[in-house]
Amino acid sequence: MTVVNATSIDEVVDALRRLPQARLLQGGTDVMVEINLNRAGAGDVIALRQVSELRRWYVDEESRTLHLGAGVPYAELERSPLCNLLPALAEAARTVGSPQIRAAGSLGGNLGTCSPAGDGLPVLSAYDAMVHLRNADGSRQMSIHDFMVGVKRNASAADELITGISMQLTRGFQGYAKVGTRNAMVISVASACLVHDSERGSIRVAFGAVAPTIVRARNAEAWLAENVELVGAIDVSGRLAREFGERAATECTPIDDHRSTAAYRRHAVSVLAERLLLRAATPNTTGNRAS
Amino acid sequence: MTSSQDQGNEFYALTVNGMRHQVQDAWVGESLLYVLRERLGLPGTKGACEQGECGSCTVVMDGEAVCACLVMAATAVDADIVTVEGLSTDGEPTDVQRSFVDAGGVQCGFCTPGLIVAVHALLERNSSPSELEIREAISGNICRCTGYGRIFEAVRQARDTRQQGAQ
Ligand SMILES: Cc1cc2nc3c(=O)[nH]c(=O)nc-3n(C[C@H](O)[C@H](O)[C@H](O)COP(=O)(O)OP(=O)(O)OC[C@H]3O[C@@H](n4cnc5c(N)ncnc54)[C@H](O)[C@@H]3O)c2cc1C
Ligand code: FES
Ligand code: FES
Repeated sequence: MTVVNATSIDEVVDALRRLPQARLLQGGTDVMVEINLNRAGAGDVIALRQVSELRRWYVDEESRTLHLGAGVPYAELERSPLCNLLPALAEAARTVGSPQIRAAGSLGGNLGTCSPAGDGLPVLSAYDAMVHLRNADGSRQMSIHDFMVGVKRNASAADELITGISMQLTRGFQGYAKVGTRNAMVISVASACLVHDSERGSIRVAFGAVAPTIVRARNAEAWLAENVELVGAIDVSGRLAREFGERAATECTPIDDHRSTAAYRRHAVSVLAERLLLRAATPNTTGNRAS
Repeated sequence: MTSSQDQGNEFYALTVNGMRHQVQDAWVGESLLYVLRERLGLPGTKGACEQGECGSCTVVMDGEAVCACLVMAATAVDADIVTVEGLSTDGEPTDVQRSFVDAGGVQCGFCTPGLIVAVHALLERNSSPSELEIREAISGNICRCTGYGRIFEAVRQARDTRQQGAQ
């Protein structure tokens, strides 16, 4: 077993070419759990913690696009200034594990693992984020919807590094809500992210832990757009919000497992979607207007 | 050692509590928790779950409280690591350690080092944490004995004593 402590993206992709079977290690909150369980099977590791390029982020003001390095830890996403640009991502980050896990864990690792319960992923889906990939031959980008292909499976190649994610910033309410058995240190039973783009007039909703990968409730989104004016402040009745939640829940394919049942999960996402839509329609919901 | 060099099973160096330590003949996949306890003779950091759930292995790495069981030691060669052994500068218990004793926040003591490190990290970042912020800051540290009431009291005491000292 070899450990490469890379210090730049170039070094990482070069090492990946030499060691295509190597595992990338960012915060280690998924990888080390596995290595601790199974001491022998670690293989070669390329560590990213010293690659400062992966920790950077910036906003392209002209296109209002946020570029987020894959290694930015949750602890930074939940704090200012990023929490003001992406309140829903900050809310999702705050639900991950514990402070110790959030100091180490990253969106790059969440994408690499690609669990259907990964808390960052519904937000990236609701944002139609682009995933930026790089190998020794060059770089490419891919829609998050094409990137996530199944339970713990993503579309990147073995020699590719996720360098970052980009998202077009929106104005309007956005929120993330998660159901679990307690507040801290809990893998999601069901989760939802809703983003209102009040300028372009759309509402996007994505669910976690209710299908092999993150679900976008596109039919419910289209139904809502037909029934509600979505540019500017929105006006939604309680009845309409409930129907939106029920329609959205039918687009999920949850399962029974040790954490919950399919029926409960479907009910939970219906309530989460209804609740988030009502929040989006409440003027001055504090803290959740992207700026 | 240049940090980008490939590391086999030979040796590497870690900075723990301000001192450089050589780690020799280690398997490179070892966690920082294992290396601290078994190779560097620093058993204050405790290990229980080795999957990030219990917080008993909490150390401070570059200013942030993290689980030592989830850090691959051979990748932490550039990091500034502080363990429970390195918190006191004069060999006497720190203010946080004293408040844990005074408030009765220690029973079997297994969770205590991790909590002490987590509370030091909290108070470094935020000198006047609210009740909610205290709960949040130690939500990654599990205690099987105390029921947490006296631990919260110990954190409040440490916070208040520091604030009085600062005035
Ligand atoms: C106690 C505990 C609680 C947890 N709670 C939650 C929770 O509530 N919600 C949640 O979503 N997750 C949770 N997790 C899982 C984990 O913290 C997240 O998935 C986190 O996002 C992983 O990030 P990391 O940087 O630590 O990844 P790592 O462990 O370093 O890597 C994870 C995977 O991604 C790959 N990878 C990492 N970076 C890159 C990159 N730049 N390019 C390509 N591949 C890459 C790795 O090779 C590996 O396969 C928890 C884990 C623990 C131990
Ligand atoms: S031993 Fe590291 S968190 Fe439990
Ligand atoms: S005092 Fe025994 S686990 Fe906390």
